Amino acid sequence: MNMPPELSATSTAPALLLDRIDALLIDRLHGGLPLSERPYADVGADLGLTEADVLQRLQKLLDTGLLTRFGPLFQIERAGGQFLLAAMIVPEDDFERIAALVNALPAVAHNYRRTHRLNMWFVVAGETPQQVSEACQRIEQETGLRVFAFPKEREFFVELRLSAVAALARRESPDNGGVHGTH
Amino acid sequence: MALTEFDRRLITATQHGLPLVPRPYAAVAEQLGVSEAVVRERLAGMLDEGLIRRIGAVPNHYRLGYTANGMTVWDVDDALVDELGAKVGAMSFVSHSYRRPRALPDWPYNLFAMVHGHSRAEVEREAMQIHSLLAEACRNFDILYSTAILKKTGLRLAQA
Repeated sequence: MNMPPELSATSTAPALLLDRIDALLIDRLHGGLPLSERPYADVGADLGLTEADVLQRLQKLLDTGLLTRFGPLFQIERAGGQFLLAAMIVPEDDFERIAALVNALPAVAHNYRRTHRLNMWFVVAGETPQQVSEACQRIEQETGLRVFAFPKEREFFVELRLSAVAALARRESPDNGGVHGTH
Repeated sequence: MALTEFDRRLITATQHGLPLVPRPYAAVAEQLGVSEAVVRERLAGMLDEGLIRRIGAVPNHYRLGYTANGMTVWDVDDALVDELGAKVGAMSFVSHSYRRPRALPDWPYNLFAMVHGHSRAEVEREAMQIHSLLAEACRNFDILYSTAILKKTGLRLAQA
């Protein structure tokens, strides 16, 4: 489950394989799964779905990569851990090999290719700042490239809640423009 | 503050995802050899402490149609960056916003704001709104688009 999608973002319009009920379910789950005995049944009841419907839809959304994972989203900083944004200047002709080296470290939580001379941007997560710093040193040793570290000095707002319903409406009616971010 | 041994076990049991079975907390409890109540209570505690942001779905925003994802970065006057950063963070199309150190001479930017749209034109319109807000406090800016997700697994603690 929760396989990392090997997905190129360069294609113009990726297939949107979700229907309106999937979109409602995703948006409902942004509010969090309840800590009840039968949480999927409770979420389903809000949406007029059976527990089995909810489970089947979530499995399909994970299998098709529309969801990258489903479960608790941990903020390890609250227990002394660190998420560190880091970047490297990677030669284009060596990009895939370097990406494989970086991604092989379990401490690398996310990694994105971006349009800049600093063209690889990744997040290193660890239980302690020392673990994170060791992971960065290891990346430098294995790749021979400098790791630029961009630790958070201040957080202004963090909540990725892109609406699936809005995305679907937008796709069905392109003139509907500009509506996203549910609040 | 530090994780207890049980916290570590609970995190490693759920960081890949919550089981898709009718009683997911009971399934985790069985795996850990504790009662369902213990699992639910500790998860509730972690939510209260902010150690868990929420129990929910992480969508692949590309697949949802948010194909233009711009990391907008700004070189903002140090004396004004906190005040202005809070205003940028409150803009509806900004999902994350942080102050971070510069890395001169390669990287002059100290304010990061992630902006998501259905097209680069939409992201650029949004970036222009940020630019207007920052006004003279902004010396320079750039938009870095993501062109591939190379990895997206989230936190992975080593098994206890």
